[in-house]
Amino acid sequence: MRWNELGKFLIVAFAIIGGFCMYIRPLASTVKQGLDLQGGTHVVLQAEDTPQLKVNDDALDRATHIIERRVNALGLTEPVVQRQGRDRIIVELPGVKDPEKAINMLGKTAMLEFKDPQGKTVLNGMDLKDAKATMGNGNRPTVNLEFTDEGARKFADVTARNVGKQIAITLDGEILTNPVVQEAITGGRAQITGERTMEDANHLAILLRSGSLPVKLEVIENRTVGPTLGQDSKEASQKAFLIGVAGVFVFMLVFYRLSGLVADIALLLYTMLLLLLMRYLNATLTLPGMAGIILSIGMAVDANVLIFERFKEEIRNGRSLRKAMDSGFSRAMTTILDSNITTLMACLVLFYLGTGPVKGFAITLALGVLLSMFSAVTVSRFLLKFLINADITKNPFWFGMFRHSGQEVAGK
Amino acid sequence: MKRFSIVRHWKIFFTITVLFLLIGYGSMIFRGFNMGIDFTGGSIMDLEFAKPVQVSQVRDVLDKHDLGNAVIQLESSDANVKEARGVLIRTAVISDDNRKAVMNDMQSALGGYQIRRVENVGATIGGELVQQAVIAILLSWVLMILYITIRFQFKFAIAAIIALMIDVSNTLSCFSLLQLEIDSSFVAALLTVVGYSINGTIVIFDRIRENLKVHRRSETVTDMIDNSIWSTMTRTCYTTITSLFAVIAIFLFGGATIHNFSFAMLAGFVSGAYTSILLAGPLWLFLQGKHAGD
Repeated sequence: MRWNELGKFLIVAFAIIGGFCMYIRPLASTVKQGLDLQGGTHVVLQAEDTPQLKVNDDALDRATHIIERRVNALGLTEPVVQRQGRDRIIVELPGVKDPEKAINMLGKTAMLEFKDPQGKTVLNGMDLKDAKATMGNGNRPTVNLEFTDEGARKFADVTARNVGKQIAITLDGEILTNPVVQEAITGGRAQITGERTMEDANHLAILLRSGSLPVKLEVIENRTVGPTLGQDSKEASQKAFLIGVAGVFVFMLVFYRLSGLVADIALLLYTMLLLLLMRYLNATLTLPGMAGIILSIGMAVDANVLIFERFKEEIRNGRSLRKAMDSGFSRAMTTILDSNITTLMACLVLFYLGTGPVKGFAITLALGVLLSMFSAVTVSRFLLKFLINADITKNPFWFGMFRHSGQEVAGK
Repeated sequence: MKRFSIVRHWKIFFTITVLFLLIGYGSMIFRGFNMGIDFTGGSIMDLEFAKPVQVSQVRDVLDKHDLGNAVIQLESSDANVKEARGVLIRTAVISDDNRKAVMNDMQSALGGYQIRRVENVGATIGGELVQQAVIAILLSWVLMILYITIRFQFKFAIAAIIALMIDVSNTLSCFSLLQLEIDSSFVAALLTVVGYSINGTIVIFDRIRENLKVHRRSETVTDMIDNSIWSTMTRTCYTTITSLFAVIAIFLFGGATIHNFSFAMLAGFVSGAYTSILLAGPLWLFLQGKHAGD
């Protein structure tokens, strides 16, 4: 028995277990959860006729589409946009910090107009190609507008005719900015300054990008609602998930004994790190995200199983514990790397091209796979080294062997 | 020790697989899928009860009318509240008679309530989103093929992708045959199946790749593949069992709304283990243009 090495093992092990017991609850409760797990804000928008257009099926469909674009542009995880009845749209947003601002934005008609000094509309939202919010000169939030080819021609024409005069940019009739034209602008670009915060500028850009609503929408309801999964289902599933994970822990202990204990400790660390990283990245956990976590836990456990099975093979080939452990790790490593990198490749595509549930799944799976390579490979390797060097036992039974139980292997 | 040769019995496994696929495709064509309210839209009921109610109480009533997996949300400013008076219920489209029966049951079980609105609602997932998801998934496979081709060889990549396609279609077949409802979380369950399947297949291919290097002439390729599959068998079993723990627990004890989600994973994982162990190896040999015994 080497107390020094055993001490190292115990310190690390207790630090991880202690940290897990103390921090797992506060950590788990600070990770943001989506509409399905946590609930959010339920908003109902009522469409109203305008002088130009009566509310009909087509108009409401188009309005729903535009609202969908606006909601998605807010960058919220898996919101719900849904038509209700003949003339209403339901929007559900997951735990928004400041729902008022977001909600006010949804109902805006967002009719953009450029008016010449005589008050005549010379360009409108149809002439826009893109709108982006940036931090402009002197740290002033700015919205950069880019016109379509035709819009650019019209804009050049108007500015050329009105040098030294003011051109107003208005949104729903309100003047956003009213600059004096210095010279003809031919580049097809314009700027709107005067927004107070970057968030305001961003919302304006989203409104301009998503286009104006064909009908007027009024917010008629705004309330907080529970998870779409159902509070009952959510609680039952949480419990079930814990039972399942507990099953994995017990399985590893029974089938791999000391090695299993190490794998379990690594899994505790993995769980903590995953939650910590999700919180740090401000990621939102949803049910599809949970699917990613389930798969990544499976892959973390699989990494340890691969290592321990290689280890057993090496023992059967007559190696010592220490040598078997070393080559077990290094030989399993290519397998683990190849399968994990293949998974990461898929995650990359799903993250960039996917939306909604596909994206949510890809994020947690990618984080999970990256972390599991650290916890299941590096951390468990160190812990096992300490344990083997501690010389508590030379019996490979305690490291997962069945057939060789009772047989001691060579020391060095 | 004489063990069972998986590769030499490839005809059995190929036949079983083709049979499953044919039944599945038949069902998909003739029975189609039971799409959930995320895709089809449905009804929304906005009720205000006289006394606070719990989600599970509302669900019990709905369950009697086969609407147990409805989306039931309490209205409250605190997300963790257990009961509230305002309840939003989204179900599949139901007939007026049916709705009356549900409403009556609700009254007798949970007391009086006021109807704030009852209306039809549209789908939350449009065709555009599904199309995007499909494109993303297919492209992710292309990248996987590329990586496996670089690290292994092209034929390994094709065998692995065929194996995971079979898993995806087996899962889809189960949902079509049993007419289980497909909701927005289904796609995530399918992706989990894909990840699980590719992982299992790669582990076995990795062993084949390793054995190819030390392959002796006295040993046939068939035996080499069998050796590879069998020497990773304990790992495959352990990993399958541990993966199934969480999924079976959620399937058995989890809530009604994620029952189908966990079932999709359950079906896919079983199929994934099947294709990894019994199909992937023989498939690779087959793609080489060789036959069992070579």
